[in-house]
Amino acid sequence: MNKLRTFTIGGVHPKENKLSEQSSITVLPLPKQLVIPLGQNLGAPPKPVVKKGDEVKTGQLLARAEAFISANIHSPASGKIAKIDEAMDASGYKRQAIIIDVTGDEWVEGIETSTSLNKEISLSKQEIISRIKECGLVGLGGATFPTHVKMMIPEGKIAEYLIINGVECEPYLTSDHRLMLEKGDEMLVGIQIMMKALGTEKAIIGIENNKPDAIAHLKKLAVNYNGISIQPLKVKYPQGGEKQLIKAVVNREVPSGKLPIEVGCVVSNVGTAFAVYEAVQKNKPLIERVVTVTGTSLSKPSNFLVRVGTPVSDLIAAAGGLPEDTGKLINGGPMMGKAVSSPDIPIVKGSSGILLIKKVESKRSTPQSCIRCSKCTVVCPMGLEPYLLAKLSKLSVYDKAEKERIMDCIECGSCQFTCPSSLPLLDFLRLGKQRVGHLIRTRK
Amino acid sequence: MNDILLFTVLTLGLLGTVLAVILYFVAQKFKVIEDPKIDLVEDVLPKANCGGCGFPGCRSFAEVSVKSADEKRNLEGLNCPVGGNDVMKQVADILGLEVEEQEPLIAVIRCNGSHANAPSKVLYDGPASCSFAHNLFAGEGGCQFGCLGLGDCVVSCDFDAIHMNPETGLPEVNDKCIACGACVKACPRAIIELRHKGKKDRRIFVSCVNKEKGGPAKKNCSVACIGCSKCQQVCPFDAIIMANNLAYIDFEKCKLCRKCVEVCPTDAIHEINFPLRKAKAETDQTAEKKERAVKEVAATVSDAISPSVNESDTENKA
Repeated sequence: MNKLRTFTIGGVHPKENKLSEQSSITVLPLPKQLVIPLGQNLGAPPKPVVKKGDEVKTGQLLARAEAFISANIHSPASGKIAKIDEAMDASGYKRQAIIIDVTGDEWVEGIETSTSLNKEISLSKQEIISRIKECGLVGLGGATFPTHVKMMIPEGKIAEYLIINGVECEPYLTSDHRLMLEKGDEMLVGIQIMMKALGTEKAIIGIENNKPDAIAHLKKLAVNYNGISIQPLKVKYPQGGEKQLIKAVVNREVPSGKLPIEVGCVVSNVGTAFAVYEAVQKNKPLIERVVTVTGTSLSKPSNFLVRVGTPVSDLIAAAGGLPEDTGKLINGGPMMGKAVSSPDIPIVKGSSGILLIKKVESKRSTPQSCIRCSKCTVVCPMGLEPYLLAKLSKLSVYDKAEKERIMDCIECGSCQFTCPSSLPLLDFLRLGKQRVGHLIRTRK
Repeated sequence: MNDILLFTVLTLGLLGTVLAVILYFVAQKFKVIEDPKIDLVEDVLPKANCGGCGFPGCRSFAEVSVKSADEKRNLEGLNCPVGGNDVMKQVADILGLEVEEQEPLIAVIRCNGSHANAPSKVLYDGPASCSFAHNLFAGEGGCQFGCLGLGDCVVSCDFDAIHMNPETGLPEVNDKCIACGACVKACPRAIIELRHKGKKDRRIFVSCVNKEKGGPAKKNCSVACIGCSKCQQVCPFDAIIMANNLAYIDFEKCKLCRKCVEVCPTDAIHEINFPLRKAKAETDQTAEKKERAVKEVAATVSDAISPSVNESDTENKA
């Protein structure tokens, strides 16, 4: 048997813990109130086009993107705008949000709500991109980069490959896995639409080998679609990182500080592919997504299809209620996710999972001195020296940190995961990245 | 034997003389002519190299002062906060100039969100760095403007003038503060401000920087400024500015009459080093205020923290 492909530098093997692997996607009922933060995408937040007291229908435009890197926001349910005010986001900071009192689920005309499969791609390249933009699509892998911007290839560049990320390398999370199993056909049509928009002949779906059912299922379906192939990959974190995935699938290396298009690739998540299908074939804006709610102490780890703006507490209640011994509530996966300060925060376009960690497991070990074992350097998938960068950032030596390529850090957390002295390496790298990024911006 | 001695002395002597001559000419050739006043000025400076004047080190400050004196015949915008008026007068004397007396400043912590006033809703166990925590979340108490209590200001202070009080979880400034401004720069939430030290070290300030509306602000912290403007209305000197639901006392205009302190419904305005008020109508509220005033006097006078706690604190950070 051939050796399975993977990326070459670094990587770790955290325990997989895919607890909700077998639980199929269930639709969560609408909550009484939705809180829709305006800053849901990477880049500038869109401007609201509704005002307090307005009646809105499901799918109606709430906020329009004005900047180039920005995405529209649509109403996830029908109801009345209660207010446009500050609301707490995942970090506990107050940000502008639209709050809707839900009255029902009456859709705007022109959106097809049936689940029948529509394989015919009738729109042209330009129409597809403008439809994606209109529907407010962002990358659903977590970075929330507006999809329409990604689809516009800069002049002089050719997209040879469309790489679809079905890796889901974060432990615990299973939303992409379930989506591949349950919406395989729709996803593949979505991929074909993206291929048309990009002018690409080849699309490769990278899936880690711990999801044999998804690989078999998609392989069977892909026979009916031109140019789409499945690439099983060796299980290794952080294979879902854009640059790591390109290295694993087509064996190309993205140069430092450059985008994947530099090596002729465009990477997109399976969730985004499904959203593209819904937007282009059904005219349905991005108002819902699959979210994994999981944790070892949770009674029913599940995958939910939820509307954007639903409070996290509703999801936890539907998954069996908040266990008493919960120590941490994490927005995202255990490796890259951030602990949140309250379960009242809303689900946004970028939320891929909610993870509950037991009190005993949630404590950080006391940091010891660095013993110069260089394990962090070995596991860093970007070939950086995390111990050095963390030290530089702690001592505020930002110019040196920039020279040591701190901006290449993908914040995967492999260094901190592997550190035998439990040093907060990622924390200081994040701080350093933020500072260096600020310095670079002010220099311009 | 004598020959050897003679030979050695002569050779070394000759070598020394030749090299000395070379060095002399080299020194003449590459001589840097420097104003001798720079050395004189540097001598009177405190040599703390704290950067409080805005220049990197005392030598740079001396250079800039001499340059300013030569070119503009004044010392405008130059002040050594460590040395204060005495040192600035000496500098001016050396340069043959007059210098205006500056009111001494002190760092003031504008947050009173202690463990008691703003109870923790979540626990933070990440690295002890305010700038990191500021990027991560709003704070243990939930106030996104308040003190994070992780001591970036303490680390930044070169003068041992600011310490964390483990009881309140807030930093406290002591008499050693010379207003170099290092903590002001270190604080990611701009809580610390340099204010006039005031007559007899008395000062009044709004101990809150929360820009939220009254309700949300009060939800997280019982002593938050709710932006009610009562203090502004009562102030006879127009010293209070209301902006973004927050009162700010202009220390240039404030005459320390203490009227605003009385009317503040949330006790957000602090008076420091004032004598106790005469017993007027002794209500519970005024008694409480008195108690707080006494506590504050004690806190500012004493060093507030035991050295052992301080050591373990720095160990954690290392």
